[in-house]
Amino acid sequence: MDNKFQKIRNDFPILNQKVNGEPLVYLDSAATSQKPQAVIDGLIHYYQNDNANVHRSVYTLGQRATEEYENARQKVQRFINAKEDKEVIFTKGATDSLNLVASTYGEEHIKAGDEIVISIMEHHSNLIPWQQLAIRKQAKLKYIGLTKNGELDMKDAAQQITDKTKIVAIAHASNVLGVTNDIKELARIAHSHNAVIVADGAQAVPHQKVDVQDLDVDFYAFSGHKMLSPMGIGVLYGKKALLEAMRPYQYGGEMIDFVEKQKSTWTDLPWKFEAGTQNVAGAIGLGEAIDYLNEIGIDQVKAHEEELVEYLLPKLLQDQDLEVYGPHDPKKHNGVISFNIKGLHPHDVATALDMEGISVRAGHHCAQPLMKELGVVATVRASFYLYNTKADADKLLRAIAETKEFFKV
Amino acid sequence: MSLMGLNNLYREVILDHSQNPHHKHSLANATQKITLKNPTCGDVINLELELQDDTIKDIGFTGEGCTISQSSASMMTDAVIGKSVADSLNLAHIFSDMVMGKKHSEADLQKLGDAAILSSVMKFPARIKCSTLCWWALRKSLGEEADD
Repeated sequence: MDNKFQKIRNDFPILNQKVNGEPLVYLDSAATSQKPQAVIDGLIHYYQNDNANVHRSVYTLGQRATEEYENARQKVQRFINAKEDKEVIFTKGATDSLNLVASTYGEEHIKAGDEIVISIMEHHSNLIPWQQLAIRKQAKLKYIGLTKNGELDMKDAAQQITDKTKIVAIAHASNVLGVTNDIKELARIAHSHNAVIVADGAQAVPHQKVDVQDLDVDFYAFSGHKMLSPMGIGVLYGKKALLEAMRPYQYGGEMIDFVEKQKSTWTDLPWKFEAGTQNVAGAIGLGEAIDYLNEIGIDQVKAHEEELVEYLLPKLLQDQDLEVYGPHDPKKHNGVISFNIKGLHPHDVATALDMEGISVRAGHHCAQPLMKELGVVATVRASFYLYNTKADADKLLRAIAETKEFFKV
Repeated sequence: MSLMGLNNLYREVILDHSQNPHHKHSLANATQKITLKNPTCGDVINLELELQDDTIKDIGFTGEGCTISQSSASMMTDAVIGKSVADSLNLAHIFSDMVMGKKHSEADLQKLGDAAILSSVMKFPARIKCSTLCWWALRKSLGEEADD
């Protein structure tokens, strides 16, 4: 398998460079992924040949741009197995998608005394929109905790979600702990209490098969840039009946039916939620990225990442000077591994690794409540994707050893 | 072995200060207290001053952070203890200019003492904020709004 994935690396021009005199080892795909040539070419082709504003132009370029934009929507629909393409709304990214739900569905349905249930492992983008909504509505924000192993505590989930709960919002995969949460079961629990479930799929869609119908989620948010696409494009999936009943998120061009001096009516899904000029090139880039992932096979990508984790995680765990967060069982881990070198601040570690050409993230990973729960200020995070290899894992291990030596850990 | 490049940033003096920070304690008679956070990494500094007749009679800090932020705070307390408010603010400006790579005279740098060694941080742009957090705290607690 490594051989095939060795070749994949060559599709990513950015990886072919030296950083601080060392070959670049990019281990920060959980923050953003790199882009294959095919996606870059797609953007160039669009701007060189087809650029025009969509849905409003009668001329040929406008028709081409519209066709490509809507074609990208259908690629997304098939990729996540949505029932209809009108259930796929293009946004700026997962953050935008989650804010959309909070400020439309949330604003309309949450009342004083209602409960919103999230988890302690949420990224700030799936935390603050609900926290602020709860404050505005005098509702109660509740958190599902973790097990000792660093997984979502499903027993606690069954306790926290009650008949007062109106919205359950949970990450499909954690950007810190490397765990994938059982969204299907959480959806079942939420629905048994007549609550809706919103899943933050930013760390899941790029790395594993996601079937929104099978999960039975009401809303599902993800970003393009973490899955080989440009920045500034993302998706909100929503069940049609819910989306149809919701008020618009933003008002402006292209989302209207009729506008009169004192009142307006809205156009159909999905455009009701796509006010103003959209990121057409971004959507086309996302479509290219989906084609690229489909060609390799998302299950193959998952298997490749699992193989890397199975190789690396036990070696990290053997090192007594390291603290590894999240489950220690490689089978319960995706390609995100957070750790600290005992006695060393993660920023110092990240600078040291950068001197070896290795890009890792150091900080709170936009999950401050989780950091508090783990009892740390910050962690180092190495995250892997399809273009990483065992050689990258070996370089990380060697650089950690040298960093310890340098700082006399 | 490009970790050798790290020696440019983590000089012996810096490591000494971070491992055995000076004035890392709270003050019994603090006249000013301030807490600043670096939102990108969650580092926190609590800076306490005892001002008497326009002079920093005593200074102490607590909190947590990386090698650069801890050593910078330690070196800053050495540099400003016993100095007037005006002199301390002047040092803060010299330090800020230095790490941003702006021109500074040899005489100015000497006033900073050990802290001058952090000029090395300007080659590591991502770490400049680590070194300036404590100086921002000082400027704020002396009534100056830091603008960088």
